[in-house]
Amino acid sequence: MKVKLENLTKRWGHVYAAHDINLEINDGEFVAFLGPSGCGKTTTLLLIAGIYKPTAGRILFDERVMNQVPPKNRNIGMVFQSYALYPHMTVYENLVFPMKLKRTPPAVMKERARRVAEMLGIGQLLDRRPGQLSGGQQQRVALGRALTKQPDLLLFDEPLSNLDARLRLSMRAEIKRLQMDLGITAIYVTHDQVEAMTMADRVAVMKDGRLQAYCPPDELYDRPRTLFIAGFVGNPPMNFLEVEVVQRDGVYHALRAGFDLPLSAERGKQAAGRGSVILGVRPEDVMIAEEGITGEVYVVEPLGRDDLIDVRIGDVHVHALADPNRRCRVGDRVHLRFNTQKIQLFDPKTEQSLLWT
Amino acid sequence: MEDRLGMGSRWRVAILLLALTILTVPILVGYVWILISTFSQRTYGLIPVDASGQVGGLTLRNWSFLWEDPNIWKVSLNSLILAIGLTIGVVVVSSMAGYALSRIGFPGRRVFLGTTLVLHAFPSVTLLIAIFFVLRWIARIPVLGRELPLIGGFGYNTLGGVILVMLALQLPLGIWLMKGFFDHVSWDIERAALIDGCSRWRTWWQIILPQIRPGIAALAIFSFISGWNEFLIPYTYITDQQQSTIAAYLNKLLSDTAPVNYSQVAAVGLFQLIPVMLFFLFTQEYLLSIFAGGTKGGS
Repeated sequence: MKVKLENLTKRWGHVYAAHDINLEINDGEFVAFLGPSGCGKTTTLLLIAGIYKPTAGRILFDERVMNQVPPKNRNIGMVFQSYALYPHMTVYENLVFPMKLKRTPPAVMKERARRVAEMLGIGQLLDRRPGQLSGGQQQRVALGRALTKQPDLLLFDEPLSNLDARLRLSMRAEIKRLQMDLGITAIYVTHDQVEAMTMADRVAVMKDGRLQAYCPPDELYDRPRTLFIAGFVGNPPMNFLEVEVVQRDGVYHALRAGFDLPLSAERGKQAAGRGSVILGVRPEDVMIAEEGITGEVYVVEPLGRDDLIDVRIGDVHVHALADPNRRCRVGDRVHLRFNTQKIQLFDPKTEQSLLWT
Repeated sequence: MEDRLGMGSRWRVAILLLALTILTVPILVGYVWILISTFSQRTYGLIPVDASGQVGGLTLRNWSFLWEDPNIWKVSLNSLILAIGLTIGVVVVSSMAGYALSRIGFPGRRVFLGTTLVLHAFPSVTLLIAIFFVLRWIARIPVLGRELPLIGGFGYNTLGGVILVMLALQLPLGIWLMKGFFDHVSWDIERAALIDGCSRWRTWWQIILPQIRPGIAALAIFSFISGWNEFLIPYTYITDQQQSTIAAYLNKLLSDTAPVNYSQVAAVGLFQLIPVMLFFLFTQEYLLSIFAGGTKGGS
């Protein structure tokens, strides 16, 4: 089923929880709503579910306007962060509850519950109550409950936030695989950019109720359109430096005290003559080298595969990822080389990218 | 070292127990006296004595009202109707109003909450005269006034009227209590139910209410006991012997012109206590079980 949001707005008093959101989700697509807490992503999800009524704008499922349709008639399945299982029912009763309400014949109900339970590996838990299950098991039951009614649309509200790190990783893969196999359109709300990047076909980044970007994950990562996206997506986060770009002898340079970085012509010319701009570069695009910009190692954080090196250049700090075999030590003088093909440039006032629109 | 610590804590426990025992004795003595005196002609302290002051004189005479006065069964039944009617009324109205106040935003919600709290603090005695006029007016309504089976109606001199008045006085507490319990039920569960296909009404009945069963049980206990024990309101608004309740019956024993037989008063009081004790015993067990062994949900 296709989902379309047109100028969707939700206002609480004077606060816009969702502000003029336009986006389209294709049939079978997996879309993530990504943003910090309070950005309006859960509100948007609940608008789609029908729990909240929009202040303005329209929600369309395929071509049908859903604004006035109550949640129970939208045929959606939802998985909550708190699992929201019915504590007074057994796992089996939880699984069949949505089907019971739809007056599914008992035989079909039993068969579907059995199949879903098997698929999720909770077949042996059917007689237990939610209170007797671990967090991971509860999450599976919640997922199962959303699936047994065979919804047209699956909604996830930070479903993995309450799980421990290892379980989160395996559930992530499992949910993605399940969604792919079943081909159900899915919307996944998360504040974890890794989850959004790894699972979604497209990511909608939100901030203060507004849609900042809506594009595939790699585009989000390689061509961030705003300063916010650049800073929010990617771990460890992008370095930002205030620089001035000038042209000297036909070459563009990004300059600040103790810092002189030649830029490629296509990037440099977008920022030249604008006065102060913000240069962004990811730690993996900054390398410790034999020559280049000089700085002093301030902190070394071993991450296992790499060391995250905090290098002080004049009055700014730049994070670089280095091979642990280099054995950088605090106080060392090092040289940094930048991958100039991956440099981002932003207007400090509008916070928009100077490279991508 | 460990031994001494053990000794110390044992002493402390002993002292604590002793203190508690001393504090409890006066209350216990009261109960023991009631029990003994109901089976005695007279008592000397806690010792049963007969008319001439000799130890002994055990008798069932004080309990004779059970088989000699048919009125006692009538007033007991009336008290039971009053208590059950009040309990049903309080639980039904409070659980609905509490849900609305907890979950639904509507104009006047805050004012309503504030007012109910004030009403709860209002001394009901001051309302007696005004309520009398209201009940007399209700009594003139055909059928509803005084021609209903079991409760007699909702007017003056009927059990239903007393239930109505007591219900109004109990509701503020009940509504606030229920609102508190509803406030603690997660929104996500309610949302899940709505998405799974429940109407708002069904969500309330099938999903939310089972979560607050302990709260409902507590409210039911309070309502039942206060209905069963209530004296002032039935005494004021029921003049008909046939409609009277057990608390008023007890009062009649005290205020008759004949000398008061305290042993008989104690027997009636004890008799009045029995259903409350039974009710409490059963519901208390329920209260403690909370969810571990809750009943099955779904339809």
